[in-house]
Amino acid sequence: MRALRCLLGALAGAAFAAGLASPALAAKDAPTPPSQNWSFGGVFGTFDRASAQRGLLVYKQVCASCHGLKRVAYRNLAAIGLSDDEIRALAAEIVVVDGPNDDGEMYERPGRPSDRFRSPFPNEKAARAANNGAYPVDLSLITKARMGGADYLYALLTGYRDEPPPGVQPMEGMHWNEYFPGHWIAMARPLYDDVVEYPDGTKATTEQMAWDVTTFLAWASQPYLEQQRQIGVRAILFLLVLAGLTYAVKRRVWADVKH
Amino acid sequence: MVGLHKSEMKNPVVRWIDERLPVFTLMDKEYAKFPVPRNLTYMWSFGGMAMVILMMMIATGVFLAMFYVPHTAHAFDSVERIMRDVNYGWLIRYLHANGASMFFIVVYIHIFRGLYYGSYKYPRELLWMLGVIILLLMMATAFMGYVLPWGQMSFWGATVITNLFSAIPVVGESIVIWLWGGFSVDNPTLTRFFSLHYLLPFAIVGVVFLHIVALHITSSNNPLGVEPKGPQDTIPFHPYMTIKDSFALLLFFIFYFTFVFFFPNYLGHADNYIPADPLVTPPHIVPEWYFLPFYAILRAVPDKLGGVVLMFASILILFAVPWLDRSPVRSMKFRPLARPFFWTFVASCVLLGYCGAMPAEGIWVPLAKVGTAYYFAYFLVILPLLGKLERPLPLPTSISERVLGGGPVPAAAAAKPMEKA
Ligand code: HEC
Ligand code: HEM
Repeated sequence: MRALRCLLGALAGAAFAAGLASPALAAKDAPTPPSQNWSFGGVFGTFDRASAQRGLLVYKQVCASCHGLKRVAYRNLAAIGLSDDEIRALAAEIVVVDGPNDDGEMYERPGRPSDRFRSPFPNEKAARAANNGAYPVDLSLITKARMGGADYLYALLTGYRDEPPPGVQPMEGMHWNEYFPGHWIAMARPLYDDVVEYPDGTKATTEQMAWDVTTFLAWASQPYLEQQRQIGVRAILFLLVLAGLTYAVKRRVWADVKH
Repeated sequence: MVGLHKSEMKNPVVRWIDERLPVFTLMDKEYAKFPVPRNLTYMWSFGGMAMVILMMMIATGVFLAMFYVPHTAHAFDSVERIMRDVNYGWLIRYLHANGASMFFIVVYIHIFRGLYYGSYKYPRELLWMLGVIILLLMMATAFMGYVLPWGQMSFWGATVITNLFSAIPVVGESIVIWLWGGFSVDNPTLTRFFSLHYLLPFAIVGVVFLHIVALHITSSNNPLGVEPKGPQDTIPFHPYMTIKDSFALLLFFIFYFTFVFFFPNYLGHADNYIPADPLVTPPHIVPEWYFLPFYAILRAVPDKLGGVVLMFASILILFAVPWLDRSPVRSMKFRPLARPFFWTFVASCVLLGYCGAMPAEGIWVPLAKVGTAYYFAYFLVILPLLGKLERPLPLPTSISERVLGGGPVPAAAAAKPMEKA
């Protein structure tokens, strides 16, 4: 038993030591975003479908004018509960340049479910040119690409202040945000109460929209999350049972060997 | 019969093969009957775990390589395609990415085990040195693997580490350009890293094979550090070690899978989900956690060349440990004076790891210096001196004396195969 404890201790200690590295890196110049109770948090969490669908609406009506979502295909939206017809209709709203056809010409066609979201700008230079030199990043991986993930995104979207704190000089063309590293962000506050009208009657407060779009983007960043956890729970339960049985056999085998 | 191996296999087909190619005899001798000390603890399970995880890395890596595109314009996207569009692609990638961390956790514990129980001493010096070669190969493989997804940390990590070679006087610059295949980390760098990342694990397999051949000549050390005196001190590998190692391996997989399925990015860095951008330097460039202690040593020295030399020396010094430690006693169990120094050494490694993760400023610089000084002092001063000054506790005359608390026991009782149902 002592030996077993030493094995577990060794593994746990190593993981702890390894993990020390991560929190140690948290940005110092912005407060840690408060952790929220996300539907997709924890071990058994799943994406709140209604919230993710509202978030899709917020993305489409607000963020999409500046930010791409190029890794998500319309067909993927089935995972947050959109029907085939809804997906087809949504895809058909965009125009896709396809080709060349048999005459060697490029042509335009309506989008199909297999198409991916179209980015608002043809390239980074164009995006910067339209945004005073700042680059609105593609949001397909946003909750994985920032320390703090979904908590950070929510804190960022709700962290705008009309005025910088007393004593801080205002900056031309920049906006003061509690949670952005360095505080001055080139993105103007995108969400105000009621910029979006929700079809399901939910009140579109800034917090509600931030919450919904974060849920949607968290899904977009890791659409496999639910499957991952389902398999994980089963795999670990299986291993626990197998380890228990193996331990019983081990005790049996070693029963008459003093060691 | 002339020319055929004398096989003891019962099954006629097995026997036919075994007479011509005695692999069954070999397996029986090396993995079933192979005698190991009866007092091995779970600390001796980590070598086997390392082997399994190595296989795991190769298996998952081969599948990843089917979909990965080694080109700066496509690498990041191809990895995301694996995550989203390849069936169970996320699983394969998370297994591989976390597997690398697990590999290092296991091998580091394996090495500390060796340092604690003096497993590097006569007659296992070469076995130990082969282990250090494995460690070096693992580090090269992991470093190049981390470059492949072509995220921000991939790119900047590769830039920082390859740039170290520019500290070499006279030829440094040329070496860096040669490594890069150009004038910065770019497509030629990525493609060669991919090629080598595929190749090196098979070199590791080769060295692991030699490592195990050497192990089977000397057999395992044990927690007491006294060699088995006879059959009463040993047990056959099968079923005793096979079942014990299987249990340890299962616990290890529970640990591994907890990361893979529930915290797959905990050991990684968020910046590596941002595509590489040569024009934007991340605020903190940090290597993967398993390189942090060495990174801290590198930065602890104000002089660039000095830092590089010390960093490489910190690993190469392991080759010399069998000769630096002059004590005739293997196990720290019987070295009361050495033990606190050993645990301080472990603490200094953890401290260095922590310093490596922090920006090189403020309190972290002197702390990294203290850690570095102790790291080298442990090998170069403390171990050699202890060998002279320390008065070790009396050693047990044999394993069975200690384990059974009495004199030698009949061999039969000690190594009785399973008869009870
Ligand atoms: C008018 C254009 C515009 C709109 C609309 C807009 N953004 Fe931005 N966004 C930007 C720009 C420009 C930046 C770059 C800011 C910087 O680098 O200072 C940015 C940056 C970001 C970042 C990155 C912050 C970081 O940590 O680097 C996130 C996340 C983000 N936006 C989310 C959103 C979301 C969600 C929406 C919709 C609710 C949205 N944005 C709407 C222009 C926009
Ligand atoms: C790919 C990595 C490695 C693999 C697969 C591996 C595999 C093994 C295996 C299966 C054993 C026998 C079981 C055991 O005693 O734990 C062993 C023993 C040993 N290994 Fe490794 N090993 C690896 C890396 C290393 C490294 C990096 C070192 C040291 C720097 C090392 C040093 C040793 C020593 C000294 C022994 C004999 C230990 C004893 O009997 O006390 N190994 N190794």
